[in-house]
Amino acid sequence: MAPGELLTGTEGGALLAAAVLLPFVGMLAGLLLGGRWLPRVAFVLMPLGLGVALAIASARADADGPLVYLLGGWSPPLGIALRADGAAVAMLLAVAGVVCGIGAFARGDFGLAPGAGESRGAFAYWLLLLAVWGALNLVFVSGDLFTLYVALELLTFAGVPLVCLAGSGETLRAALRYILFALCGSVLYLLGAVLLYGGYGTLDMPLLAGALQPEPIAYAALALMTAGLFAKTALFPLHLWLPPAHGGAPAAASAVLSALVIKGSWFLVLRLWLDVMPGVANAAAAQLPAALGAAAIVTGSVVALRQQRLKLLVAYSTVAQIGYLFLLFPLAFDAAGDMTLREVATSAGVLQAIAHATAKAGMFMAAGLVYAALGHDRIDDLAGAAKALPVAVAAFLVGGLALMGAVPSGAYLAKKLLLGSAATSGQWWWTWVLQGGAAFTAGYVVLVALRVFRRPPAPLADLKPVSALSQWAALGLAVASLLLSLAAVWGPLPPDLLAKAFSLEELAMLPVLFGAGALLVAALARSPLTGSSGGAARPGFAGLGTAFEAGDRLVRQWAPAMLALLLVAGTCGWLLARG
Amino acid sequence: MSTVVSAAVVLLLLWLAVWTVVARDAFLAVAGFVVYGLLLALVWVRLAGIDVALTEAAIGGGLTGALLLGAVGRLRGTEAATATEGASAGARAGAAVLAVAVTAALMLGVLVLPEPVPTLAPLVVPAMPATGVGNPITGVLLAFRALDTLLEATVLVIALIGVWSFAPDRAWGGRPGPRYQTDPDGVLAWLARVLPPIGVVIGIYVFWAGADHPGGKFQAATILAAMWMLVQMAGLSDAPRTSHRGLRAGIVAGPLVFIAVGVLGLWAAGSFLAYPPGLAKPLIVVIEVALLPTLVLVLALLMNGPPRRGGPA
Repeated sequence: MAPGELLTGTEGGALLAAAVLLPFVGMLAGLLLGGRWLPRVAFVLMPLGLGVALAIASARADADGPLVYLLGGWSPPLGIALRADGAAVAMLLAVAGVVCGIGAFARGDFGLAPGAGESRGAFAYWLLLLAVWGALNLVFVSGDLFTLYVALELLTFAGVPLVCLAGSGETLRAALRYILFALCGSVLYLLGAVLLYGGYGTLDMPLLAGALQPEPIAYAALALMTAGLFAKTALFPLHLWLPPAHGGAPAAASAVLSALVIKGSWFLVLRLWLDVMPGVANAAAAQLPAALGAAAIVTGSVVALRQQRLKLLVAYSTVAQIGYLFLLFPLAFDAAGDMTLREVATSAGVLQAIAHATAKAGMFMAAGLVYAALGHDRIDDLAGAAKALPVAVAAFLVGGLALMGAVPSGAYLAKKLLLGSAATSGQWWWTWVLQGGAAFTAGYVVLVALRVFRRPPAPLADLKPVSALSQWAALGLAVASLLLSLAAVWGPLPPDLLAKAFSLEELAMLPVLFGAGALLVAALARSPLTGSSGGAARPGFAGLGTAFEAGDRLVRQWAPAMLALLLVAGTCGWLLARG
Repeated sequence: MSTVVSAAVVLLLLWLAVWTVVARDAFLAVAGFVVYGLLLALVWVRLAGIDVALTEAAIGGGLTGALLLGAVGRLRGTEAATATEGASAGARAGAAVLAVAVTAALMLGVLVLPEPVPTLAPLVVPAMPATGVGNPITGVLLAFRALDTLLEATVLVIALIGVWSFAPDRAWGGRPGPRYQTDPDGVLAWLARVLPPIGVVIGIYVFWAGADHPGGKFQAATILAAMWMLVQMAGLSDAPRTSHRGLRAGIVAGPLVFIAVGVLGLWAAGSFLAYPPGLAKPLIVVIEVALLPTLVLVLALLMNGPPRRGGPA
């Protein structure tokens, strides 16, 4: 972008400020009014925010380039500009949709009964949901690295209390772990931003993109910021805070944390590598995020298959899915090491992020409903759940199906785009990771499906009623993920991407993945594939599973995690400098 | 001479930093940290960053120190037990080596910065008249980068929501912190009667001076919050109920008025957070006046902690 273009805003730019501030106005109004107004304010804000996101999408469709808004009329570098390109608009829309779905679900848990006074849970939940929404919108549209730091702080401070809404000692410990590690990440990000300002005298992203040189200061800044953001996204091996935090929070809060909060820091890594520093990043350094992603997929998936509780299975599958989100970085580079495949990588990344946000929100909600109805979520004892809670179980399975890349899910199209880039750039090794990750996802769908469809030894008694709206909200989000690529080609992506989607070859992929998944479960799961429980003799594979669990426990301790954080920053800087 | 003083201050600072890290007793470590913050403020004065110095002394040393002291008080019971869980000598040595390596890397990072360091200061100077204020820091905070300031105030409100969410369910809506009981004729009660009038005047002066001189709402709010805490701790007044509508109005006043002025700018000056010509100074004063209760209340209530007595009225 030429510097001259920065001096003016575009039509519809004020909508970007509205997208950021409306949720915060709702949060402040909710705090003031309190009591029964807490859910009401949230439910007024949801259609409003969705409307603003749709208006932004329509304004972006009419414009030639990104939407730009100069706050206070001051242009960068002195002032702050808000910007929305295609990726930002897609994320704004997706987050608005997911917030509405989660809000509908949460009415069952945090809606106030008539006559009831203000409760602690409802107060914190609705206000923080709105705060997370505003913070994420700011991450997507901010064009300034310091404003983005503020956005990350907003996101962290809004996310942490959601972890310990239940108030038990265990969840408080999880929240403390989360905030301490996330703040380490913030400090590294801020350090990088300070170095960039010291070196180039601006924090505006397009201005920096034009000024940055491949030199030590830029390498150091990118390495520090990348490591800090990895910690906030919980990319393996920096995931020590995620399983207890996401597994222990109430389902409505886990959905927010897993589907939405981690996408903020991930999106910032995408922005930094592909938009701000394409001149600093190189193909060799880009292998690092994807290599950690591959490790995340394998470790997260194996440990997920060995969980005994459904919510922890979903939490560990998030660890694996986060890895999937980082596979795009090397695939932005072509065989010559130039960043020519950037557009494809960005589209694939955003598709995968939205696919995960919708599907994972639905799956956490389904797991929460199962827990609420059955009074437990032990995977081995889920027999009969499909009959008792057909809609919630369908939401879980559809969400899983969408994440493993069944046609026409968003994950399918994302995988297809990345497979194409891997072939073009000759990076065949990522093809294996992409397909293997899908097989692991198929594994936990098979694992849960085999349990929920089984006939229970005795008819299920004492089923607690759960809200029908909550069940349908979960299913709605999962179905949205399954149909996402239809929306993508109806929107900005070329329709011929789906031309062969329903061909025999593509459809045959699904049974292959299921077969591979069933094999993985048979080999690695704690209890045998069929039969209720008990130790079958599979010593070789069981040993492998235990080894992965031990490795995961090791890196989830403070000292190894902090060492890993420094090591990631150091390795990233070294790879960048080596070129 | 000044080099000698600078070198002495730097050495003292380093010594205090190490002392704070190695101190075995949490109270002593916090005491070291507070002194460190005050000394750091002195360094900023020597670097001619008076605004930063005031902020460091008020927030870095004062407020953070007070929050940490509160935490130390709550940890007293478990401190002896955790002291035995200390790391091995090898781990400590490894951590020390690592810390030195990180410090060396950071020093290298500072050394490779270009000389002279690029700055936006030359752009700020000609733009200042449009803001109507004389202190360039205030210009940056409330005109050029007003969005950041608005959002920072919002972060504080979110932090307070987070702290309140740690309350026990039965105490929801009640009062935070303990009800302090002290001798009504004691030294604390005497100080709590004598100091606040002086502190309030100083706080308001620092607040008002911030438009054209070093100072401003954050530093002023810290002083005012400290005075309120002093009155509470002397048992002269109690913390308010967290369900109190007036209290909540004060908490949200700052960000809401800020946003309202921003919307006024959209309507009257063509851009959100823009000031109509000639009205910049009065509008900035309106924002600052509205932010002051928000900051005072949030800072003091963060010190008070979650509501824990006297549940629903």
